[in-house]
Amino acid sequence: MDFFGWHLPVQYEGLLVEHRAVRQKAGLFDVSHMGEIAVRGPGAAGAVQRLVTNDCSSLKDGEIIYTVSCFDNGCAVDDLLVYRMNEEFFLLVVNASNIEKDFAHFKANLPGVDVENLSDHYAQIALQGPASRDILTAAHPELADAIKGLGFYSFFESELEGEKIIFSRTGYTGELGFEIYLPPHLADRAARALMSAGEGAGLAPAGLGARDLLRFEAGYCLYGHELDEETDPYEAALSWLVKPDKGDFVGRDALLARKADSQARRLIGFRLPGRKIARQGFPIFHGDEEVGRVSSGSFSPLLDASLGMARVRRAFTKKELQVEIRGERIPIERVKLPFYQQPALRA
Amino acid sequence: MSVYPDDLRYTKEHEWIRVEDGIATLGITDYAQGELGDIIFVELPRVGDKLVKGGAFGTVEAVKTVEEMYSPLSGEVLELNAELEATPELVNTEAYSGGWMIKMQVEDASQLDELLDAASYRAQIGE
Repeated sequence: MDFFGWHLPVQYEGLLVEHRAVRQKAGLFDVSHMGEIAVRGPGAAGAVQRLVTNDCSSLKDGEIIYTVSCFDNGCAVDDLLVYRMNEEFFLLVVNASNIEKDFAHFKANLPGVDVENLSDHYAQIALQGPASRDILTAAHPELADAIKGLGFYSFFESELEGEKIIFSRTGYTGELGFEIYLPPHLADRAARALMSAGEGAGLAPAGLGARDLLRFEAGYCLYGHELDEETDPYEAALSWLVKPDKGDFVGRDALLARKADSQARRLIGFRLPGRKIARQGFPIFHGDEEVGRVSSGSFSPLLDASLGMARVRRAFTKKELQVEIRGERIPIERVKLPFYQQPALRA
Repeated sequence: MSVYPDDLRYTKEHEWIRVEDGIATLGITDYAQGELGDIIFVELPRVGDKLVKGGAFGTVEAVKTVEEMYSPLSGEVLELNAELEATPELVNTEAYSGGWMIKMQVEDASQLDELLDAASYRAQIGE
């Protein structure tokens, strides 16, 4: 499929087979489409802190933080990862669909520092699943100690053929996993080395379809679904990423007002009987009143249920709700988000 | 490359039809199941429903997408594949056998002439 200029496989052997491989063993994803924007210079730390909603002040070298970047009106420009390389160098990892928009917004809101779009300089491979640590160690025995000691949302740099490679304990599946950033010309060989190291451990190549299902079960936002230019982080169940007490940042005042707005929407998780899927955009009703829309929906093979996330006007989140699927209204049952949590993710 | 048996008829909407003694068995083609991916639910009409050629008669829900199916013929629904309720993945694994969907009366045999043969269907999907 064509995904914002990238040719990416939706599936290899089959979405459900790949999903099972990641939950039970491991999967390898090509996620080179992700964008990387570097922020450099004296004052980089303060500038990044002012750009994003989360508090980066306690972030140390080698640590990562997940955050949102908002417009002045409090709605989301993007959700992103901030990598602190050092006090004067941060790497911001953003969604493929938003690279140019983000770059323009970052440049405009990061005065006095150097902002560079390095997206073409990085390929990215995600190795995810309970066996991922063993496979990564088998492929890079010389890094065994560093891999073993790598905590959740931390990274280290290593060298391959004189090029710097980032090994990061992050992912988009809800499983123990790693993401590897490297120059594109080394990506093919690195992926083959991982596939061969993981052969006996059940490692499978996995595509965008499985990735979307895995992130959905784990309750992770997908920009364009849970989050968009008309949605603030509070409406995407991302209030934990907004830290108004840290000082001023882009969108802060608007966010405070939106947080208190009784007409705002909130994200809910739900389950429906049967196996029909409530897909993005399907309306949610309370009685005859449309009170929200589905942001993502899928059938979860793990929980054997048709599940969904929806943005619903906050006064209605605890009321009896129905989703309309091809003209038929089906009652939904609220389910706490995330649908699935794996303790090994953070261990 | 997918499989398209010569003894079946096909539609541009990627259905296959097997006609025996005035009764048509319908399913979706190997190409269609491959495009849809993992199928998790098949919604079918009821026995006794009268289908009209070109009318929607059911939906195939796959993890990544959903497609409506359109009846290639007019006639009454005689039988449903009850196996699909518990094992809809038969449509993926046995598109032309265990994955059949409905059997229907062929009301107007002249409608069969408008169906594609295997070679025309192959050409249609560029194989």
